[in-house]
Amino acid sequence: MSVLIIAEQQQSCLDEATLSAVSAGRQLGEVDILVAGHNVADIAAQAQQISGVRKVLLADASVYAHALAETLAPLVVQLADSYSHIVAAATSFGKNLLPRVAALLDCAPVSDVTAIIDTQTFVRPIYAGNALQTVRCEQAKQLLTIRTTAFALAEITGGEAVIENIAAVAAPQLSRFIERSLTKSEHPELTTAKIVVSGGRGLGSAENFAALLNPLADTLNAAIGASRAAVDADYAPNDYQVGQTGKIVAPDLYMAIGVSGAIQHLAGMKDSKVIVAINKDAEAPIFKVADYGLVADLNTAVPELIQQIKAIIH
Amino acid sequence: MKVLVAVKRVVDYNVKVRVKADESDVDIGNVKMSMNPFDEIAVEEAVRLKEAGKATEVVVVSLGVKQCEETLRTALAMGADRAIHVETDEALQPLAVAKLLKAVADLEQPQLLLLGKQAIDDDANQTAQMLSALMQLAQGTFASKIELANDEVLITREIDGGQERLALTLPAVISVDLRLNEPRYIKLPNIMQAKKKPLEKKTVAELGVDISPRLVQLKVTEPQVRAAGIVVQNVAELVDKLHNEAKVF
Repeated sequence: MSVLIIAEQQQSCLDEATLSAVSAGRQLGEVDILVAGHNVADIAAQAQQISGVRKVLLADASVYAHALAETLAPLVVQLADSYSHIVAAATSFGKNLLPRVAALLDCAPVSDVTAIIDTQTFVRPIYAGNALQTVRCEQAKQLLTIRTTAFALAEITGGEAVIENIAAVAAPQLSRFIERSLTKSEHPELTTAKIVVSGGRGLGSAENFAALLNPLADTLNAAIGASRAAVDADYAPNDYQVGQTGKIVAPDLYMAIGVSGAIQHLAGMKDSKVIVAINKDAEAPIFKVADYGLVADLNTAVPELIQQIKAIIH
Repeated sequence: MKVLVAVKRVVDYNVKVRVKADESDVDIGNVKMSMNPFDEIAVEEAVRLKEAGKATEVVVVSLGVKQCEETLRTALAMGADRAIHVETDEALQPLAVAKLLKAVADLEQPQLLLLGKQAIDDDANQTAQMLSALMQLAQGTFASKIELANDEVLITREIDGGQERLALTLPAVISVDLRLNEPRYIKLPNIMQAKKKPLEKKTVAELGVDISPRLVQLKVTEPQVRAAGIVVQNVAELVDKLHNEAKVF
């Protein structure tokens, strides 16, 4: 079995999600990584160091600058012959690209895999995580996106992969990149943070959301998340959304503050190790999954919480 | 410009599904079914394009059992012009859906194909990407804004770190995110009117598509249930538990 991992990059850095994909890939066979982009020699060098990687395929060309699925898919298809498995992380990048590759190969992909049983059998959540489906595919090739929180990160040192340059593959120009605007944050990245503090509609306003959650996140070195209600009310940017349609997180500690706990929100955080809920409504569904629940007004509880945590950890 | 919108009938988003005792599948025998929420957003967007004078016709298509007719009638009541139902009792996987939609699109020749970014039952998030690949068209996934400009469509996409904007050459396939719009409430007169709108039936055989499943569902199980937690009395107790019991800081 040989496995091709499609690497992902963020601002000239290998994305951490790729490390989860590598560790999933290592459960399947020998792992090669495809690094496609423009001026990505640094990223190939980082990929080379990842433990357990055999080969880095480097496709450095201007057409790959913005990771457009229409140009990347033919490149992956051309490489597919040598691989039994093609794996990407189930990030917005992986979800965008992999099904396109799969269709070109006439192959049914498996999305958001949370466990690998054998080289053809996989487990994935369905119905917003309310059921787990075990699927078997006996196709010539298996294409998977993996849920990053379900696989440990591969070590970023100790690898001795060789780099092989590959030429760009011709593709019709169907789409054109215009611009990208990234949300600036001083806090850790949401999907990989050890602690996440998340706010819901109960925060009441964008000002209150920032005024209560920023200092709490600062104190705990936590990432900030939000429920759909908070995002829809413009308390927080869209990419903060945790849930079935937002990000899936599984930190050591998830603090849900003023979040009711709709099915769709729980889908994104119920695999967290410890869940804390602070809500004034004792009947809120979030208390059913919380390890520690506090029924209280968050406007007084959160400042108190910050103060008391500071007293302990500083 | 003709817009084709694909809609799926799924278990209503408020229903918490149960797994069957024999673990063969989820039990959806007697639960409320509705249009997939993302597809509602796709229909709404198409109807808005028509109301803005940018689209000339909105065609909705659904694939599956007889009751998909109801989903199509809902889309017609929202303002779609006509519907196509590809009726089959076979379970359809996303690749088969993409192939069937391509067959319908080859007949209809739409300029814009709108789909939801994922169905809330299989959570696959694959069909739009596969459809655009099969049709060799541009794909605009997870769109939160769509603007038509000459022979291009400009979209804003929701990506992990924020947003990005792309220009897609038409015809194009777009999958829509929750943020795109707020679907309208359907009024009774619209439901009555929708009954008179054309709903065409097609079969899988007519479209000549191989829909045999590629993935075999071996079993469906309940996710691990979390142990019941405790309610603490005050912030001090919470901090104490987190520090000394859970040891998370």
